[in-house]
Amino acid sequence: MIALLARDLRLAIRAGGGFGLGLAFFLILATLVPLGVGPDATLLRPIGPGILWLGALLACLLSLDRIFALDLEDGSLDLLATAPIPLEGVATIKALTHWITTGLPLTVAAPALSLLLFLPTSALPWLVVSLLIGTPALSWLGTFGAALTVGLKRGSLLLSLLVLPLYIPTLVFGAEVVRRGGDGLSVATPLALLAAITLGCVAVLPFATAAALRINLR
Amino acid sequence: MSFWEYANPRRFMALSAKIQPWVWAAATVLCATGLIWGFFFTPEDFRMGNSVKIIYIHVPSAFIAINAWFMMLVASLIWLIRRHHVSALAARAAAPIGLIMTIVALLTGAIWGKPMWGTYWEWDPRLTSFLILGLFYLGYSALWSAIEEPDAAADLTSILCLVGTVFAVLSRYAAQFWSQGLHQGASLSLDAEENVADVFWQPLVISLAGFVALFLALVLMRTRTEIRRRRLSTLTARDRLA
Repeated sequence: MIALLARDLRLAIRAGGGFGLGLAFFLILATLVPLGVGPDATLLRPIGPGILWLGALLACLLSLDRIFALDLEDGSLDLLATAPIPLEGVATIKALTHWITTGLPLTVAAPALSLLLFLPTSALPWLVVSLLIGTPALSWLGTFGAALTVGLKRGSLLLSLLVLPLYIPTLVFGAEVVRRGGDGLSVATPLALLAAITLGCVAVLPFATAAALRINLR
Repeated sequence: MSFWEYANPRRFMALSAKIQPWVWAAATVLCATGLIWGFFFTPEDFRMGNSVKIIYIHVPSAFIAINAWFMMLVASLIWLIRRHHVSALAARAAAPIGLIMTIVALLTGAIWGKPMWGTYWEWDPRLTSFLILGLFYLGYSALWSAIEEPDAAADLTSILCLVGTVFAVLSRYAAQFWSQGLHQGASLSLDAEENVADVFWQPLVISLAGFVALFLALVLMRTRTEIRRRRLSTLTARDRLA
């Protein structure tokens, strides 16, 4: 499993892997929003948490269809399915790779981008914490969606239709943590719920992902 | 004689052909009674006036919109556990009906909301979760039509239905989290305290039963269509080989 993780990470980082694409998209979104709604700080400050979380969501979505598509094309997915490690483990590793290459960079870059949206400094730690806790759920859900649509010709549009509704609870609680944190309120409840969603996703979704993969490889 | 005998498509077709006219008749009679009674023979509400009468479409369609999803969940589970094709096809048949009912509930709600709340739309938890439910129906139907191999499509949509159920419920509570909302509480709970008054209640129950019968009739009809389509494709495939 470690070897698989190392292989996927290498593939993602080298040329054509799409690493950093999500990050660039995140940057562009954070730049475009003030250009669209106007540079007014009183306007941007309340919508900042929502925009940053939406950006993370969409940036995550960009790289989802690559999770399994390339492996299916060159046949390595068939090899992985017959390999001694369980397919559930493969699904977990794929999701983890996706998180390391998109969720983690987004979390690191978010504080810098929040300056563009005039987010109060009191919200910054909560922004990082909520992204750190919330983005794994996005990757695991996305891997599940990618497994559902892996064999399809025009799967990527369908993939976003399937995955985005599943992202709703994460988005609501994640943005709520940042908003409350910025206002100096207690963040315990939404943060606990966000962590609950992530842990539930990490624990259960690999089984659904593996089931979907087996059906698609049949 | 077990219930599972009707998992055989031939038996199902025979049975459904027999009961379908009755279900249609029940749907017509109950809907007509409930709606005509509700529209013409109930008093006006003292606060809402005539606009209260949209409740006879709004509540039943919302009821069907939610329960169609649960019917799909049960049918998906039956497909995953016992591999009965009729069950998978029934789940497929119910999805567009549920989507239409969701849209009807949202539209009638908007028409009702304008004179009462002064707005067509409000990000109220109930309204939001219905919109999200509509998105889930859309994704489910889109996945069905995207996959060509019928068994794989049935499997994948069933898994999506299971995961989707969890997240639809989660979204409902997530939406409740950030606003308390304008929508009134349950109008149909068994707890009589918060129910609507009796004069409105009786026709409402009848139109509710009518909508349930209508849903059953539509699901039966669409499932039969799906089974016939499946048979037709087998026949044409055999023809092509011969």
